[in-house]
This record gives sequence, C-alpha cells and structure tokens, in this order.
Amino acid sequence: MSATGLATAHSVVAPSSRSRKIAATLVILYAVISMVPLAWIFMTSFKTPPDSISYPPKIVFQPSLEGYCNLFTTRSRQTPEYIASLPPPAGVCDEVVRQRNMVIAGPSNYVPRFLNSLIIAFGSTFCAVALGTLAAYAFSRFKVPLADDLMFFILSTRFMPPIAVAIPIYLMYRELGLSDTKLGMIVLYTAVNVSLAVWLLKGFIDEIPREYEEAAMIDGYTRLQAFWKVVLPQATTGIAATAIFCLIFAWNEYAFALMLTSDTARTAPPSIATMLGRGGIEWSAIAAGSLGFLIPVVIVAFALRNYLLRGVTFGAIRQ
Amino acid sequence: MFVRAGVRTPTHNNCDNRAACGVMTEVRTDPTIAERVAASTPEPLARRVRGLSDRAIAWAFIGPTVGLLLAINIFPLLWTVYLSFTNYRANRPNEEILWIGTRNYERVLTDPDIWAAMQATAHFVVWTIVLQTVLGFGLAWLIDRKFRGSAFWTTIILIPMMLSSAVVGNFWKFLYQPQIGLFNYVVSFFTGIDPSSFDMIGSVTLAPWAIVIVDTWMWTPYVMLICLAGLRSIPDYIYEAAEVDRASPWRQFWSITLPMALPFIMLAVLFRGIENFKMFDLVVQLTGGGPGSITELTSINLKREAFEKWRTGYSSALAVILFVAVFGLANIYVKALNRVKQR
Repeated sequence: MSATGLATAHSVVAPSSRSRKIAATLVILYAVISMVPLAWIFMTSFKTPPDSISYPPKIVFQPSLEGYCNLFTTRSRQTPEYIASLPPPAGVCDEVVRQRNMVIAGPSNYVPRFLNSLIIAFGSTFCAVALGTLAAYAFSRFKVPLADDLMFFILSTRFMPPIAVAIPIYLMYRELGLSDTKLGMIVLYTAVNVSLAVWLLKGFIDEIPREYEEAAMIDGYTRLQAFWKVVLPQATTGIAATAIFCLIFAWNEYAFALMLTSDTARTAPPSIATMLGRGGIEWSAIAAGSLGFLIPVVIVAFALRNYLLRGVTFGAIRQ
Repeated sequence: MFVRAGVRTPTHNNCDNRAACGVMTEVRTDPTIAERVAASTPEPLARRVRGLSDRAIAWAFIGPTVGLLLAINIFPLLWTVYLSFTNYRANRPNEEILWIGTRNYERVLTDPDIWAAMQATAHFVVWTIVLQTVLGFGLAWLIDRKFRGSAFWTTIILIPMMLSSAVVGNFWKFLYQPQIGLFNYVVSFFTGIDPSSFDMIGSVTLAPWAIVIVDTWMWTPYVMLICLAGLRSIPDYIYEAAEVDRASPWRQFWSITLPMALPFIMLAVLFRGIENFKMFDLVVQLTGGGPGSITELTSINLKREAFEKWRTGYSSALAVILFVAVFGLANIYVKALNRVKQR
C-alpha cells in the first residue's frame, strides 16, 4: 500500500491533498456512524435494565454488571424478609440480584448454547476444510473429467436457499435420529461450508508452483507424500484463512439452527433472541449476550482483513 | 553400510581387498533417495500407495466432497421435488401420501399471499441493491484516494458484514423501539419529529424501509470491498494517458473509472441479489414478517408454511420455485464471475 502510494505520489493522477482530506472526512464519518449501533450494544450491556429502557436514551450512566448477571443466571423473586434472612451475598451478581428482591435460582442456558455454537462451528469447520483441501488439490493438479461442471455444481449448492432443503433434511434427520444433535448440525454445516472451502482453497493451491511437488517427486516422494509434505505446509496460510471463513459462517448460521434444533444442539444465535426476562425483554442482558457472541467475530475480522475480499467472493477476486 | 551391503549381496563376500570390495558393493547397492523414502514407509502401505494412479487419487480426493453434497444437498432437493407433487404433511407421518400432480404448483402460483411475499421481496431486493451499490461504490471511490489511515478505516467499515445477521436483526429491533430506541431518538434530534410518533417496525409504511436500512447498514461494506478491488485494478497509465489528452475528471470518471469497475459492481450486485432473494435471518429477527405480513419475504412465508402450518407438499412446491429462481440467478452470477476473472 505505502509503496504504491509513494510510486504514484508524483504522477499526474495522484489526488490533490484537498480532495484527499475531503475523502478522509467522509469515510471516517461513515465509519463512525456505522459503528454507533455496535457502540450502543456495548453501552447497553453495562446498563441496568431501567437505564436501558429510559427515555431519552441515556448516554451517560452508572455502569453496572446487572446485564451480565441476568445473562448467566435465572432468578426468582422473593420477599424482602426472606432475602434479609439470607447469609451475606457470595459475589457481585448475588448482590446485584438481591437489590431487585430476587435470588439466583440457577445458571441460564447461555453458556451451554454458546458451547454448542463452539463445538458445532469448530467441528464443521475442521471437516469442511479437510474435505475441501483434498478436493481443491485434486481440482488444482489433476485433469478431472468435467472439472468445470463439478466445480459449478459444488458452488451452486451454496446458492440453495436453506429453507428449500430444510424440509427433507428435517424429515431425513427425524428418520436417522439426527434431529437436534450436534453431529447432525456438524454434518449439515460441513456440507454448506465445503463449497466455500473448495473454491477458496483451489485458488490458494493454484498459487503454489507445481515445480515444488515435481521436484519432490523426482526425489522419490510419492504423490501423496508430496501433497502431505510439500503442498500442505505451503498452503497453511490459505487453509487458515479458509477455516476462519467457514468458522464465521457456522458461528453465525441461524436458519437451519432455528428449524432443526430445539434444545440439546441449539446454538447461540436463535437463543439470544428469545432471552426474555420477567415482565418484558431484558435488553441489557440481550446486549451482553450479543456482545459476547459478536466480539470474537470482530477480532477475527481484523486478523483476516487481507483475505476478506477473496473469502467473500469465493476466490473470484484476489488482491 | 558395509554390513547391510554384505547382507544384501552375499555373493560378494569372497574378496581380499576390503576397500575395493566396499567400493564395489557401495556402487551396487547404495539406495537412492527414492528407495530410502520407500523403505521408511511400511511395506503394505507403500505397495498400496505406489499402486495409486493420479486418477485414483483425484477421485479419492474429490469423492467425499461430492458424496456429502449429494447426500445433504441433492438428495433432499430431489425429495423436495417429489414432495411437491404430493399432499404430504410432515406432522402427520402415518397418513397415506397421495400423488396430486401439479396441484400444489397451481395453488402456489394463484395464492395472493405468495404474490404479496414476492412483492415484498422485490421491494427489499431492489432497494437494498440500489442503496448498497451507490453507497458502496461512493465509499470505495473515496477510499481509493488513499488518504492517511485509509486501510484502518476500511477495516472498521467492514465489521458489520461479518456479524451474525440474526443477532444484528434482534438488536436493531431495540434501536427501532419508539421512545426508548436510539434510532428514533437520533431522527427526532435532527428533524424535530416526536420520537414516539413513529414506529419503524410497527408501521405498515415504515417496516419495509426498516429492513432495507438494516440490510444496507450491514452489507454496504461488502459492495464497497468489491468495488474497491475494481477501482484498484485500473492501471494508473490509463489515467495518465487521459490526463495527457486533457480529459476532464468528469469525463475520466464516466469513460474510464465506471466502465472498468463495472464487472466488479455487477458481481457485487448479483451476489447481493441472490443473498437478499433468500433473505431470512435478519428480517425474521427484526420484524418477524410483520406488521401483518407486510415484510413477510418469500423465505419467511415458506418457513411459516412448512414449519408452522405443516403444509409440506405445498411448501415444497414453493421451495422448488424459489430454488429455480435462485439457480437462474446463480448461473448468471457464475458467467459474470468468469468474465471478471478473464480480465
């Protein structure tokens, strides 16, 4: 970036410093405005429930952990006399909850759902990337009959609306006993992600010179050894980038999770929305839950920024 | 080496000169790298691996992926097609399945609810594409000035598109609340309209725009990213030549920038078109298809028919129609994609 910037600095097409300043102002303005909703999630998660629904919306407020306490626990209402008779509170949440005349009844289902999301996302990503790497290598290096048609077939499965196949998958899983199981969801997400993995990884493997493997094979490696010991180490970056894209998809997926899971395999996205407290929606708890769910993706997005374009266009455009 | 050679070539053990003997055996039996690699692989495995032709490896590598896709995508799709010709209801599995021909398709295509859903989808798709293309291309064009810190701000702008659309939809529902919501408050701050006088989600006229706004917030970065790649692919010398010919900046934009970035813009538009045609998560969480069925897009309608009314045969017919439409779009997409790649 900086190198090209220097190279064009003296060319006739370099933008003037004034137009650059205007551009910078507008872009930064857009970036800041587009971050407001996320900043609002962050702020709301630290508000008390009354603060989170106050009018006008409070920008300055006393931060509180109540949203997080409500996110991780279920509570029951008790009489003030009963609460006064309890031993002193054991932790921050205990204290916060008692101020509302409630006691902690038990853990909420946020952590199990979050764990489900983690297991299903990582499991399906591993499978999709493993399958995708093999297929991408074959497409990249061998003359596969009907290769273009097969690649298009693989891509086209990605364009299928999830709802269009959800009915038979629901029936199929019901027959096989896979409905509402983590295994079923891992298999399903693997199938959805493998198309992305094949397309991205084919691009990455195409970029590794064939000469490396050919040299290794002249030295006596078999094709499989060359693949394992020469190509795979070279493709590590591409595999990692692909894995992160698959991970983000599986992490964010909602439609299948909503229709095919109910409890044991339910992931976080459908459950965050249904977190309801007593007497209304607890926005501060929902904000806390959303934040915990979104933050990992934001961090990953930063790590991935150089591959983003490739990832979102199925490797069609490379920078 | 000597010992191994001696063991391997027992006919050479009757020589007097050990050195000469050693040289001879070494020339004869020094294993090549190939043999050493082969020796380090267990025997049965080595035999099997050596026996594999490239063709066999290719199929062994591609097979699992294709098999999985056939099982999880194509088989269910064929099943959907089959169900679309029957009166099957998934909540009554023991009832007899009757073949009713194309009656489901006739019902779908004459159902006013479906046409209302199609209309809502069209409104959503067209407006999101228009807004996202204009904003996304504009942003890319500005970022292409390469001001200081542009890389950092670009990354910031890209964050919304990585997020879970269901969670985003759910949270925007909060921002859209009349009175307590931030969106209404900001609008009233700048325009003076009473923030409780309008309800983005509850109002029949505003709800279709509420979903357009959130989708635009989320996916403008996507269009921007692709447009930016398009703008950066235009070589500087073309602008330099235009500059020499004294083409005005206006002329340069219409004759160079826009035509050369067009395939990229098209790619972004088609991709957003396909994605928004099957839009589900965001809108379900944001409006749930309401108020009434004003924002009930085709996918939401389908989900309701299939998993709430359990009209499996009917909804399968709708799914097939939806799939054919998306598949048609996908075909165009791949053609455009290939054209972009050829440049």
